[in-house]
Amino acid sequence: MSETSVSSKISSAASPMAKVVMGISRWFNSLPQAIAVAVVILTVLTGWEAIVRFGDVPIIILPSPLNVGEELLIVISQLAPGGFLAGELWITIQEVIIGFGIAVVAGFIIGLWVGQTKFGQKAIMPLFVALEATPKIAFAPVFIAWFGFGITSKYVLAAFMSIFPVIIGTAAGLVATSEDELKLFKSMKAKAWDVFWKLKMRRALPFIFAGLKIAIVAALTGAIAAEFIGGGIGFGEQIRLASTRLALDRVFALILVLSLLGIVLFSLVAWVQRRVTFWDTPNHRIAGKGKKKNLLVVGR
Amino acid sequence: MNSPNATESTVRYRIDDVSHTFPGTDIEALKNVSLDIEPGSFISFIGPSGCGKSTLLNAMAGLLEPSHGEVMMNGISIDGPPDGVGIMFQKATLLPWRTTIENVLLPIELRDGVRAAKDHLDAAKAIIYTVGLAGFENAYPGELSGGMAQRAAICRMLITQPNVLLLDEPFGALDELTRERMDLELQSIASSRHATVVLVTHSIPEAVFLSDTVYAMSARPGRILEVITVDLPRPRTMNTLNMPEFAKYVGLVRTALNRGHGINE
Repeated sequence: MSETSVSSKISSAASPMAKVVMGISRWFNSLPQAIAVAVVILTVLTGWEAIVRFGDVPIIILPSPLNVGEELLIVISQLAPGGFLAGELWITIQEVIIGFGIAVVAGFIIGLWVGQTKFGQKAIMPLFVALEATPKIAFAPVFIAWFGFGITSKYVLAAFMSIFPVIIGTAAGLVATSEDELKLFKSMKAKAWDVFWKLKMRRALPFIFAGLKIAIVAALTGAIAAEFIGGGIGFGEQIRLASTRLALDRVFALILVLSLLGIVLFSLVAWVQRRVTFWDTPNHRIAGKGKKKNLLVVGR
Repeated sequence: MNSPNATESTVRYRIDDVSHTFPGTDIEALKNVSLDIEPGSFISFIGPSGCGKSTLLNAMAGLLEPSHGEVMMNGISIDGPPDGVGIMFQKATLLPWRTTIENVLLPIELRDGVRAAKDHLDAAKAIIYTVGLAGFENAYPGELSGGMAQRAAICRMLITQPNVLLLDEPFGALDELTRERMDLELQSIASSRHATVVLVTHSIPEAVFLSDTVYAMSARPGRILEVITVDLPRPRTMNTLNMPEFAKYVGLVRTALNRGHGINE
Protein backbone atom coordinates (compact mmCIF):
# COMPACT_ATOMS: atom_id res chain seq x y z
CA MET A 1 0.00 0.00 0.00
CA SER A 2 1.50 3.35 -1.00
CA GLU A 3 1.75 6.28 1.37
CA THR A 4 -0.72 8.44 -0.47
CA SER A 5 -3.45 5.85 -0.24
CA VAL A 6 -2.77 5.49 3.50
CA SER A 7 -3.15 9.17 4.12
CA SER A 8 -6.27 9.35 2.00
CA LYS A 9 -7.70 6.40 3.99
CA ILE A 10 -7.04 8.27 7.23
CA SER A 11 -8.59 11.48 6.05
CA SER A 12 -11.63 9.71 4.67
CA ALA A 13 -11.99 7.70 7.91
CA ALA A 14 -11.82 10.91 9.94
CA SER A 15 -13.94 12.79 7.51
CA PRO A 16 -17.42 12.76 9.13
CA MET A 17 -16.04 14.11 12.39
CA ALA A 18 -13.58 16.46 10.65
CA LYS A 19 -16.36 17.74 8.43
CA VAL A 20 -18.50 18.67 11.41
CA VAL A 21 -15.57 20.45 13.11
CA MET A 22 -14.63 22.26 9.92
CA GLY A 23 -18.24 23.19 9.33
CA ILE A 24 -18.61 24.71 12.78
CA SER A 25 -15.29 26.50 12.48
CA ARG A 26 -16.33 27.87 9.07
CA TRP A 27 -19.63 29.05 10.54
CA PHE A 28 -17.81 30.93 13.33
CA ASN A 29 -15.36 32.45 10.87
CA SER A 30 -18.17 33.69 8.66
CA LEU A 31 -19.88 35.63 11.48
CA PRO A 32 -19.95 39.41 11.12
CA GLN A 33 -17.54 40.99 13.59
CA ALA A 34 -20.16 42.63 15.81
CA ILE A 35 -22.01 39.34 16.22
CA ALA A 36 -18.76 37.44 16.78
CA VAL A 37 -17.79 39.83 19.59
CA ALA A 38 -21.28 39.52 21.09
CA VAL A 39 -21.02 35.73 21.01
CA VAL A 40 -17.74 35.81 22.95
CA ILE A 41 -19.04 38.28 25.55
CA LEU A 42 -22.28 36.33 26.04
CA THR A 43 -20.35 33.11 26.43
CA VAL A 44 -18.03 34.58 29.05
CA LEU A 45 -20.92 36.19 30.97
CA THR A 46 -22.96 32.98 30.91
CA GLY A 47 -19.98 30.97 32.17
CA TRP A 48 -19.32 33.54 34.89
CA GLU A 49 -22.98 33.56 35.97
CA ALA A 50 -23.02 29.75 36.04
CA ILE A 51 -19.86 29.51 38.16
CA VAL A 52 -21.16 32.02 40.71
CA ARG A 53 -24.66 30.52 40.85
CA PHE A 54 -23.82 26.82 40.94
CA GLY A 55 -20.49 27.17 42.74
CA ASP A 56 -22.06 29.07 45.64
CA VAL A 57 -19.46 31.83 45.40
CA PRO A 58 -20.18 34.59 47.95
CA ILE A 59 -21.05 37.94 46.40
CA ILE A 60 -18.26 39.69 48.33
CA ILE A 61 -15.72 37.45 46.55
CA LEU A 62 -17.21 37.47 43.07
CA PRO A 63 -20.54 39.06 42.19
CA SER A 64 -22.40 37.52 39.28
CA PRO A 65 -22.90 39.46 36.06
CA LEU A 66 -26.54 39.95 37.03
CA ASN A 67 -25.50 41.48 40.39
CA VAL A 68 -23.11 43.76 38.54
CA GLY A 69 -25.85 44.63 36.06
CA GLU A 70 -28.21 45.66 38.85
CA GLU A 71 -25.50 47.77 40.48
CA LEU A 72 -24.65 49.26 37.08
CA LEU A 73 -28.21 50.58 36.83
CA ILE A 74 -27.74 52.32 40.18
CA VAL A 75 -24.37 53.70 39.08
CA ILE A 76 -25.90 54.99 35.86
CA SER A 77 -28.67 56.74 37.77
CA GLN A 78 -26.00 58.38 39.95
CA LEU A 79 -24.16 59.42 36.80
CA ALA A 80 -27.16 61.38 35.51
CA PRO A 81 -26.64 65.15 35.39
CA GLY A 82 -26.53 66.42 38.96
CA GLY A 83 -25.95 62.93 40.35
CA PHE A 84 -23.08 62.69 42.80
CA LEU A 85 -21.10 60.22 40.64
CA ALA A 86 -21.35 62.60 37.69
CA GLY A 87 -19.33 65.13 39.67
CA GLU A 88 -16.70 62.55 40.59
CA LEU A 89 -16.44 61.37 36.99
CA TRP A 90 -16.07 64.95 35.82
CA ILE A 91 -13.17 65.46 38.26
CA THR A 92 -11.42 62.38 36.87
CA ILE A 93 -12.03 63.50 33.27
CA GLN A 94 -10.53 66.90 34.10
CA GLU A 95 -7.47 65.23 35.62
CA VAL A 96 -7.01 63.12 32.51
CA ILE A 97 -7.51 65.97 30.04
CA ILE A 98 -5.25 68.41 31.89
CA GLY A 99 -2.59 65.77 32.60
CA PHE A 100 -2.71 64.61 28.97
CA GLY A 101 -2.60 68.22 27.78
CA ILE A 102 0.51 68.91 29.82
CA ALA A 103 2.09 65.70 28.52
CA VAL A 104 1.30 66.60 24.88
CA VAL A 105 2.74 70.12 25.06
CA ALA A 106 5.75 69.32 27.24
CA GLY A 107 6.33 65.96 25.56
CA PHE A 108 6.32 67.53 22.12
CA ILE A 109 8.81 70.22 23.13
CA ILE A 110 11.10 67.72 24.85
CA GLY A 111 10.68 65.36 21.87
CA LEU A 112 11.77 68.15 19.51
CA TRP A 113 14.83 68.81 21.60
CA VAL A 114 15.71 65.14 22.00
CA GLY A 115 15.02 64.26 18.37
CA GLN A 116 16.64 67.24 16.70
CA THR A 117 19.91 67.52 18.57
CA LYS A 118 22.78 65.04 18.42
CA PHE A 119 23.25 65.35 22.17
CA GLY A 120 19.59 64.61 22.82
CA GLN A 121 19.67 61.58 20.55
CA LYS A 122 22.84 60.24 22.11
CA ALA A 123 22.42 61.08 25.79
CA ILE A 124 18.74 61.73 26.55
CA MET A 125 16.78 59.45 24.24
CA PRO A 126 18.17 56.16 25.67
CA LEU A 127 17.26 57.33 29.18
CA PHE A 128 13.69 58.12 28.16
CA VAL A 129 13.35 54.77 26.42
CA ALA A 130 14.65 53.09 29.60
CA LEU A 131 12.24 55.12 31.76
CA GLU A 132 9.35 54.15 29.49
CA ALA A 133 10.14 50.51 30.27
CA THR A 134 10.00 51.02 34.05
CA PRO A 135 6.75 50.66 36.05
CA LYS A 136 6.27 54.43 36.28
CA ILE A 137 3.21 53.97 38.48
CA ALA A 138 5.63 53.17 41.32
CA PHE A 139 6.47 56.89 41.40
CA ALA A 140 2.90 57.70 42.49
CA PRO A 141 3.71 58.07 46.24
CA VAL A 142 6.56 60.39 45.33
CA PHE A 143 4.24 62.77 43.51
CA ILE A 144 1.73 62.66 46.35
CA ALA A 145 4.54 63.61 48.73
CA TRP A 146 5.64 66.44 46.44
CA PHE A 147 2.30 67.83 45.34
CA GLY A 148 0.00 66.88 48.21
CA PHE A 149 -3.38 65.24 48.42
CA GLY A 150 -5.14 67.86 46.30
CA ILE A 151 -5.87 67.72 42.60
CA THR A 152 -2.40 68.94 41.57
CA SER A 153 -0.76 65.61 42.30
CA LYS A 154 -3.40 63.94 40.09
CA TYR A 155 -2.61 66.22 37.14
CA VAL A 156 1.08 65.62 37.62
CA LEU A 157 0.88 61.84 37.84
CA ALA A 158 -1.44 61.70 34.80
CA ALA A 159 1.07 63.88 32.91
CA PHE A 160 4.05 61.85 34.12
CA MET A 161 2.44 58.57 33.08
CA SER A 162 1.62 59.84 29.59
CA ILE A 163 4.56 62.04 28.66
CA PHE A 164 7.07 59.38 27.64
CA PRO A 165 5.14 57.94 24.68
CA VAL A 166 4.71 61.52 23.41
CA ILE A 167 8.42 62.28 23.74
CA ILE A 168 9.47 59.04 22.10
CA GLY A 169 6.88 59.33 19.32
CA THR A 170 7.92 62.89 18.53
CA ALA A 171 11.64 62.19 18.63
CA ALA A 172 11.38 59.01 16.56
CA GLY A 173 8.96 60.60 14.10
CA LEU A 174 11.17 63.58 13.40
CA VAL A 175 13.99 61.36 12.19
CA ALA A 176 11.67 59.22 10.04
CA THR A 177 12.03 61.46 6.99
CA SER A 178 13.83 59.66 4.14
CA GLU A 179 17.14 60.77 2.64
CA ASP A 180 15.44 61.14 -0.73
CA GLU A 181 12.87 63.55 0.65
CA LEU A 182 15.54 65.64 2.36
CA LYS A 183 17.55 65.68 -0.87
CA LEU A 184 14.45 66.74 -2.79
CA PHE A 185 13.80 69.65 -0.43
CA LYS A 186 17.46 70.63 -0.49
CA SER A 187 17.49 70.63 -4.28
CA MET A 188 14.50 72.97 -4.19
CA LYS A 189 16.41 75.24 -1.80
CA ALA A 190 13.75 74.88 0.89
CA LYS A 191 14.11 77.09 3.95
CA ALA A 192 14.87 75.32 7.23
CA TRP A 193 11.39 76.15 8.53
CA ASP A 194 9.74 74.61 5.44
CA VAL A 195 11.85 71.47 5.77
CA PHE A 196 10.63 71.19 9.34
CA TRP A 197 7.01 72.18 8.88
CA LYS A 198 6.20 70.85 5.42
CA LEU A 199 8.26 67.67 5.57
CA LYS A 200 9.67 66.44 8.89
CA MET A 201 6.59 67.37 10.94
CA ARG A 202 4.23 65.59 8.52
CA ARG A 203 6.42 62.50 8.52
CA ALA A 204 6.45 62.58 12.33
CA LEU A 205 2.67 62.76 12.74
CA PRO A 206 1.94 59.01 12.47
CA PHE A 207 4.59 58.35 15.14
CA ILE A 208 3.29 61.14 17.34
CA PHE A 209 -0.26 59.82 17.13
CA ALA A 210 0.93 56.31 17.95
CA GLY A 211 2.39 57.89 21.09
CA LEU A 212 -0.77 59.89 21.83
CA LYS A 213 -2.94 56.78 21.72
CA ILE A 214 -0.75 55.12 24.34
CA ALA A 215 -0.56 58.38 26.30
CA ILE A 216 -4.29 58.99 26.67
CA VAL A 217 -4.83 55.58 28.24
CA ALA A 218 -1.75 56.06 30.43
CA ALA A 219 -3.11 59.42 31.60
CA LEU A 220 -6.31 57.74 32.76
CA THR A 221 -4.28 55.10 34.59
CA GLY A 222 -2.21 57.83 36.25
CA ALA A 223 -5.26 59.82 37.35
CA ILE A 224 -6.97 56.77 38.86
CA ALA A 225 -3.78 55.63 40.60
CA ALA A 226 -3.30 59.09 42.10
CA GLU A 227 -6.89 59.03 43.34
CA PHE A 228 -6.33 55.58 44.90
CA ILE A 229 -3.28 56.74 46.78
CA GLY A 230 -3.84 60.45 47.21
CA GLY A 231 -7.49 59.89 47.95
CA GLY A 232 -10.33 62.26 48.51
CA ILE A 233 -11.70 62.88 45.07
CA GLY A 234 -12.62 61.37 41.73
CA PHE A 235 -13.79 58.09 40.36
CA GLY A 236 -10.79 56.20 41.68
CA GLU A 237 -11.77 57.23 45.20
CA GLN A 238 -15.28 55.83 44.61
CA ILE A 239 -13.78 52.49 43.53
CA ARG A 240 -11.54 52.46 46.59
CA LEU A 241 -14.46 53.23 48.89
CA ALA A 242 -16.63 50.50 47.35
CA SER A 243 -13.86 47.93 47.70
CA THR A 244 -13.19 48.78 51.35
CA ARG A 245 -16.76 47.88 52.15
CA LEU A 246 -16.44 44.75 49.97
CA ALA A 247 -19.12 45.93 47.52
CA LEU A 248 -17.44 44.16 44.62
CA ASP A 249 -20.55 44.40 42.45
CA ARG A 250 -20.23 48.18 42.69
CA VAL A 251 -16.47 47.99 42.03
CA PHE A 252 -17.12 46.04 38.83
CA ALA A 253 -19.85 48.45 37.76
CA LEU A 254 -17.56 51.44 38.33
CA ILE A 255 -14.72 49.72 36.45
CA LEU A 256 -17.11 49.19 33.54
CA VAL A 257 -17.88 52.91 33.41
CA LEU A 258 -14.17 53.70 33.65
CA SER A 259 -13.39 51.27 30.83
CA LEU A 260 -16.00 52.99 28.71
CA LEU A 261 -14.34 56.33 29.46
CA GLY A 262 -10.98 54.90 28.38
CA ILE A 263 -12.46 53.59 25.15
CA VAL A 264 -14.13 56.92 24.39
CA LEU A 265 -10.92 58.90 25.03
CA PHE A 266 -8.85 56.48 22.93
CA SER A 267 -11.41 56.59 20.11
CA LEU A 268 -11.34 60.39 20.13
CA VAL A 269 -7.58 60.40 19.62
CA ALA A 270 -7.87 57.68 16.96
CA TRP A 271 -10.56 59.72 15.21
CA VAL A 272 -8.36 62.82 15.10
CA GLN A 273 -5.51 60.65 13.86
CA ARG A 274 -7.58 59.34 10.96
CA ARG A 275 -8.47 62.90 9.98
CA VAL A 276 -4.95 64.26 10.25
CA THR A 277 -2.88 61.40 8.86
CA PHE A 278 -5.47 60.00 6.46
CA TRP A 279 -2.66 59.39 3.98
CA ASP A 280 -0.99 56.93 6.33
CA THR A 281 -3.83 54.40 6.38
CA PRO A 282 -3.80 51.64 3.76
CA ASN A 283 -7.25 52.54 2.46
CA HIS A 284 -6.79 56.28 2.50
CA ARG A 285 -8.35 56.58 -0.93
CA ILE A 286 -11.64 56.15 0.88
CA ALA A 287 -10.71 58.25 3.89
CA GLY A 288 -9.06 60.90 1.70
CA LYS A 289 -11.34 63.78 2.60
CA GLY A 290 -14.00 62.29 0.35
CA LYS A 291 -12.32 63.78 -2.69
CA LYS A 292 -12.54 62.08 -6.05
CA LYS A 293 -14.28 58.90 -5.06
CA ASN A 294 -14.40 57.92 -8.72
CA LEU A 295 -10.66 57.31 -8.58
CA LEU A 296 -11.15 54.31 -6.36
CA VAL A 297 -11.26 51.98 -9.30
CA VAL A 298 -8.48 53.52 -11.33
CA GLY A 299 -5.74 53.68 -8.68
CA ARG A 300 -3.60 50.59 -8.96
CA MET B 1 34.26 89.32 -17.82
CA ASN B 2 34.56 87.78 -21.23
CA SER B 3 35.12 84.18 -20.24
CA PRO B 4 31.75 83.39 -18.55
CA ASN B 5 29.86 84.88 -21.49
CA ALA B 6 32.03 83.11 -23.98
CA THR B 7 31.47 79.73 -22.36
CA GLU B 8 27.76 80.45 -21.87
CA SER B 9 26.89 79.78 -25.47
CA THR B 10 28.98 76.68 -25.94
CA VAL B 11 29.12 74.96 -22.55
CA ARG B 12 26.25 74.46 -20.11
CA TYR B 13 28.20 72.32 -17.68
CA ARG B 14 31.94 72.03 -17.32
CA ILE B 15 33.20 69.23 -15.11
CA ASP B 16 36.84 69.84 -14.47
CA ASP B 17 38.97 67.02 -13.07
CA VAL B 18 36.41 66.04 -10.45
CA SER B 19 37.32 63.38 -7.88
CA HIS B 20 35.38 62.52 -4.79
CA THR B 21 36.19 60.57 -1.67
CA PHE B 22 33.39 60.29 0.86
CA PRO B 23 34.34 62.23 4.00
CA GLY B 24 35.56 60.08 6.83
CA THR B 25 36.09 57.07 4.56
CA ASP B 26 38.60 56.09 1.94
CA ILE B 27 35.89 55.17 -0.54
CA GLU B 28 36.79 56.81 -3.81
CA ALA B 29 33.57 57.38 -5.73
CA LEU B 30 34.98 59.37 -8.65
CA LYS B 31 38.43 59.84 -10.12
CA ASN B 32 39.55 62.58 -12.51
CA VAL B 33 36.30 63.06 -14.37
CA SER B 34 36.33 65.87 -16.93
CA LEU B 35 33.76 66.70 -19.55
CA ASP B 36 31.79 69.54 -21.12
CA ILE B 37 28.07 69.46 -21.78
CA GLU B 38 26.63 71.64 -24.52
CA PRO B 39 23.35 73.48 -24.04
CA GLY B 40 20.41 71.52 -25.38
CA SER B 41 22.25 68.22 -25.52
CA PHE B 42 21.12 64.97 -23.98
CA ILE B 43 23.85 62.97 -22.30
CA SER B 44 23.90 59.79 -20.24
CA PHE B 45 26.21 58.34 -17.65
CA ILE B 46 26.11 54.58 -17.68
CA GLY B 47 27.99 52.11 -15.56
CA PRO B 48 27.65 49.44 -12.91
CA SER B 49 26.15 50.15 -9.50
CA GLY B 50 28.51 52.12 -7.29
CA CYS B 51 30.44 53.67 -10.19
CA GLY B 52 29.85 57.13 -8.80
CA LYS B 53 27.42 58.27 -11.46
CA SER B 54 24.87 59.37 -8.88
CA THR B 55 27.65 61.14 -6.96
CA LEU B 56 28.53 63.02 -10.12
CA LEU B 57 24.88 63.97 -10.66
CA ASN B 58 24.56 65.15 -7.04
CA ALA B 59 27.64 67.33 -7.56
CA MET B 60 26.02 68.81 -10.66
CA ALA B 61 22.84 69.43 -8.65
CA GLY B 62 24.80 71.27 -5.98
CA LEU B 63 23.83 68.69 -3.38
CA LEU B 64 27.40 67.56 -2.82
CA GLU B 65 30.75 69.28 -3.03
CA PRO B 66 33.38 67.12 -4.70
CA SER B 67 36.55 66.70 -2.68
CA HIS B 68 38.63 67.65 -5.70
CA GLY B 69 37.99 69.53 -8.92
CA GLU B 70 35.23 71.85 -9.95
CA VAL B 71 31.75 71.68 -11.44
CA MET B 72 30.74 74.82 -13.31
CA MET B 73 27.40 75.76 -14.74
CA ASN B 74 27.28 78.52 -17.35
CA GLY B 75 30.83 79.37 -16.39
CA ILE B 76 30.10 79.78 -12.69
CA SER B 77 31.33 77.37 -10.06
CA ILE B 78 28.50 75.53 -8.36
CA ASP B 79 28.07 75.84 -4.63
CA GLY B 80 24.58 74.86 -3.53
CA PRO B 81 21.66 73.98 -5.78
CA PRO B 82 21.69 76.27 -8.85
CA ASP B 83 18.62 77.94 -10.35
CA GLY B 84 17.00 76.55 -13.45
CA VAL B 85 17.71 72.93 -12.62
CA GLY B 86 15.06 70.23 -12.29
CA ILE B 87 15.83 66.93 -10.60
CA MET B 88 14.25 63.50 -10.60
CA PHE B 89 15.16 60.42 -8.62
CA GLN B 90 14.52 56.71 -9.03
CA LYS B 91 11.69 57.00 -6.53
CA ALA B 92 8.99 59.51 -7.35
CA THR B 93 9.33 60.90 -3.80
CA LEU B 94 5.87 62.45 -3.82
CA LEU B 95 4.61 63.65 -0.46
CA PRO B 96 1.71 61.30 0.38
CA TRP B 97 -0.27 63.98 2.26
CA ARG B 98 -0.42 66.21 -0.81
CA THR B 99 -2.55 65.71 -3.88
CA THR B 100 -0.89 65.36 -7.26
CA ILE B 101 -1.29 69.05 -8.07
CA GLU B 102 -0.09 70.11 -4.61
CA ASN B 103 3.00 67.95 -5.15
CA VAL B 104 3.57 69.45 -8.58
CA LEU B 105 3.35 72.96 -7.13
CA LEU B 106 5.73 72.20 -4.24
CA PRO B 107 8.84 73.77 -5.85
CA ILE B 108 6.95 77.03 -6.47
CA GLU B 109 5.50 76.99 -2.96
CA LEU B 110 8.91 76.46 -1.35
CA ARG B 111 10.53 79.14 -3.52
CA ASP B 112 7.87 81.85 -3.64
CA GLY B 113 5.22 80.91 -1.08
CA VAL B 114 1.72 79.52 -1.06
CA ARG B 115 0.14 82.42 -2.94
CA ALA B 116 2.60 82.10 -5.82
CA ALA B 117 1.80 78.39 -5.93
CA LYS B 118 -1.91 79.22 -6.29
CA ASP B 119 -1.09 81.54 -9.19
CA HIS B 120 0.56 78.61 -10.95
CA LEU B 121 -2.49 76.33 -10.72
CA ASP B 122 -3.26 76.65 -14.41
CA ALA B 123 0.36 76.08 -15.40
CA ALA B 124 0.43 72.98 -13.22
CA LYS B 125 -2.79 71.67 -14.76
CA ALA B 126 -1.37 72.22 -18.24
CA ILE B 127 1.76 70.20 -17.45
CA ILE B 128 -0.26 67.47 -15.76
CA TYR B 129 -2.39 67.31 -18.88
CA THR B 130 0.63 66.94 -21.19
CA VAL B 131 1.94 63.90 -19.32
CA GLY B 132 -1.48 62.24 -19.42
CA LEU B 133 -2.45 62.64 -15.78
CA ALA B 134 -5.54 64.75 -16.47
CA GLY B 135 -8.27 63.86 -13.97
CA PHE B 136 -5.74 62.90 -11.30
CA GLU B 137 -4.96 66.42 -10.10
CA ASN B 138 -6.69 65.81 -6.77
CA ALA B 139 -5.64 62.19 -6.34
CA TYR B 140 -3.22 61.35 -3.55
CA PRO B 141 0.06 59.56 -4.38
CA GLY B 142 -1.26 56.38 -2.75
CA GLU B 143 -3.84 56.27 -5.50
CA LEU B 144 -1.27 56.43 -8.32
CA SER B 145 0.58 53.55 -9.97
CA GLY B 146 4.38 53.61 -10.17
CA GLY B 147 4.35 55.02 -13.69
CA MET B 148 1.76 57.65 -12.83
CA ALA B 149 3.76 58.70 -9.78
CA GLN B 150 6.86 59.21 -11.96
CA ARG B 151 4.77 61.29 -14.36
CA ALA B 152 3.74 63.46 -11.43
CA ALA B 153 7.42 63.75 -10.47
CA ILE B 154 8.16 64.88 -14.03
CA CYS B 155 5.51 67.59 -13.68
CA ARG B 156 7.02 68.73 -10.38
CA MET B 157 10.42 68.94 -12.06
CA LEU B 158 9.04 70.97 -14.99
CA ILE B 159 6.85 73.47 -13.09
CA THR B 160 9.77 75.87 -12.52
CA GLN B 161 10.60 75.82 -16.26
CA PRO B 162 14.15 74.51 -15.77
CA ASN B 163 16.53 74.44 -18.72
CA VAL B 164 18.63 71.70 -17.17
CA LEU B 165 17.18 68.33 -16.17
CA LEU B 166 19.17 66.00 -13.94
CA LEU B 167 17.69 62.51 -13.87
CA ASP B 168 18.96 59.81 -11.52
CA GLU B 169 17.66 56.50 -12.89
CA PRO B 170 14.22 58.07 -13.15
CA PHE B 171 12.48 55.04 -14.61
CA GLY B 172 14.67 52.35 -13.05
CA ALA B 173 11.84 51.01 -10.91
CA LEU B 174 9.32 50.76 -13.74
CA ASP B 175 8.56 47.76 -15.92
CA GLU B 176 10.15 47.57 -19.37
CA LEU B 177 7.08 48.62 -21.38
CA THR B 178 6.22 51.56 -19.14
CA ARG B 179 9.86 52.64 -19.18
CA GLU B 180 9.95 52.70 -22.99
CA ARG B 181 6.84 54.87 -23.08
CA MET B 182 8.25 57.20 -20.44
CA ASP B 183 11.48 57.47 -22.44
CA LEU B 184 9.50 58.63 -25.47
CA GLU B 185 7.76 61.26 -23.39
CA LEU B 186 11.03 62.37 -21.85
CA GLN B 187 12.50 62.82 -25.32
CA SER B 188 9.63 65.03 -26.46
CA ILE B 189 9.72 67.06 -23.23
CA ALA B 190 13.46 67.63 -23.58
CA SER B 191 13.31 68.62 -27.25
CA SER B 192 10.26 70.87 -26.94
CA ARG B 193 11.94 72.78 -24.10
CA HIS B 194 15.45 72.75 -25.60
CA ALA B 195 16.55 71.49 -22.21
CA THR B 196 19.96 70.15 -21.40
CA VAL B 197 19.43 66.69 -19.96
CA VAL B 198 21.81 64.57 -17.90
CA LEU B 199 20.58 61.02 -17.38
CA VAL B 200 22.07 58.48 -15.02
CA THR B 201 21.01 54.97 -15.96
CA HIS B 202 22.13 51.38 -15.94
CA SER B 203 20.11 50.47 -19.00
CA ILE B 204 22.24 50.48 -22.14
CA PRO B 205 19.28 50.64 -24.58
CA GLU B 206 17.75 53.53 -22.62
CA ALA B 207 21.03 55.45 -22.70
CA VAL B 208 21.48 54.92 -26.44
CA PHE B 209 17.85 55.62 -27.27
CA LEU B 210 17.76 59.00 -25.51
CA SER B 211 21.27 60.40 -25.74
CA ASP B 212 23.43 62.41 -28.07
CA THR B 213 26.42 61.30 -26.05
CA VAL B 214 26.86 58.30 -23.77
CA TYR B 215 29.62 58.30 -21.13
CA ALA B 216 30.54 54.74 -20.20
CA MET B 217 31.94 54.65 -16.67
CA SER B 218 34.12 52.18 -14.81
CA ALA B 219 33.40 50.58 -11.47
CA ARG B 220 34.56 52.38 -8.34
CA PRO B 221 36.38 54.69 -8.44
CA GLY B 222 34.27 55.98 -11.33
CA ARG B 223 36.22 57.12 -14.36
CA ILE B 224 35.04 57.79 -17.87
CA LEU B 225 36.02 54.78 -19.96
CA GLU B 226 34.72 55.87 -23.29
CA VAL B 227 32.60 58.54 -24.92
CA ILE B 228 30.15 57.24 -27.50
CA THR B 229 28.45 59.76 -29.76
CA VAL B 230 25.07 58.43 -30.82
CA ASP B 231 24.29 59.61 -34.32
CA LEU B 232 20.71 58.41 -34.74
CA PRO B 233 18.03 60.60 -36.35
CA ARG B 234 15.59 62.47 -34.08
CA PRO B 235 12.89 62.23 -33.03
CA ARG B 236 13.57 58.66 -32.14
CA THR B 237 10.58 56.35 -32.17
CA MET B 238 9.74 52.80 -31.20
CA ASN B 239 11.04 51.87 -34.65
CA THR B 240 14.44 53.24 -33.72
CA LEU B 241 14.70 50.32 -31.31
CA ASN B 242 14.57 47.93 -34.27
CA MET B 243 17.18 49.71 -36.40
CA PRO B 244 20.49 47.92 -37.00
CA GLU B 245 22.33 51.17 -36.16
CA PHE B 246 20.61 51.19 -32.77
CA ALA B 247 21.86 47.66 -32.13
CA LYS B 248 25.32 48.75 -33.26
CA TYR B 249 25.45 51.57 -30.68
CA VAL B 250 24.13 49.30 -27.95
CA GLY B 251 26.94 46.91 -28.84
CA LEU B 252 29.52 49.71 -28.76
CA VAL B 253 28.46 50.81 -25.28
CA ARG B 254 28.36 47.25 -23.99
CA THR B 255 31.83 46.55 -25.38
CA ALA B 256 33.17 49.72 -23.79
CA LEU B 257 31.70 48.77 -20.39
CA ASN B 258 32.97 45.20 -20.61
CA ARG B 259 36.44 46.26 -21.72
CA GLY B 260 36.59 48.59 -18.75
CA HIS B 261 35.96 45.67 -16.46
CA GLY B 262 38.54 43.41 -18.04
CA ILE B 263 36.07 41.34 -20.02
CA ASN B 264 37.15 40.80 -23.59
CA GLU B 265 34.88 39.68 -26.33
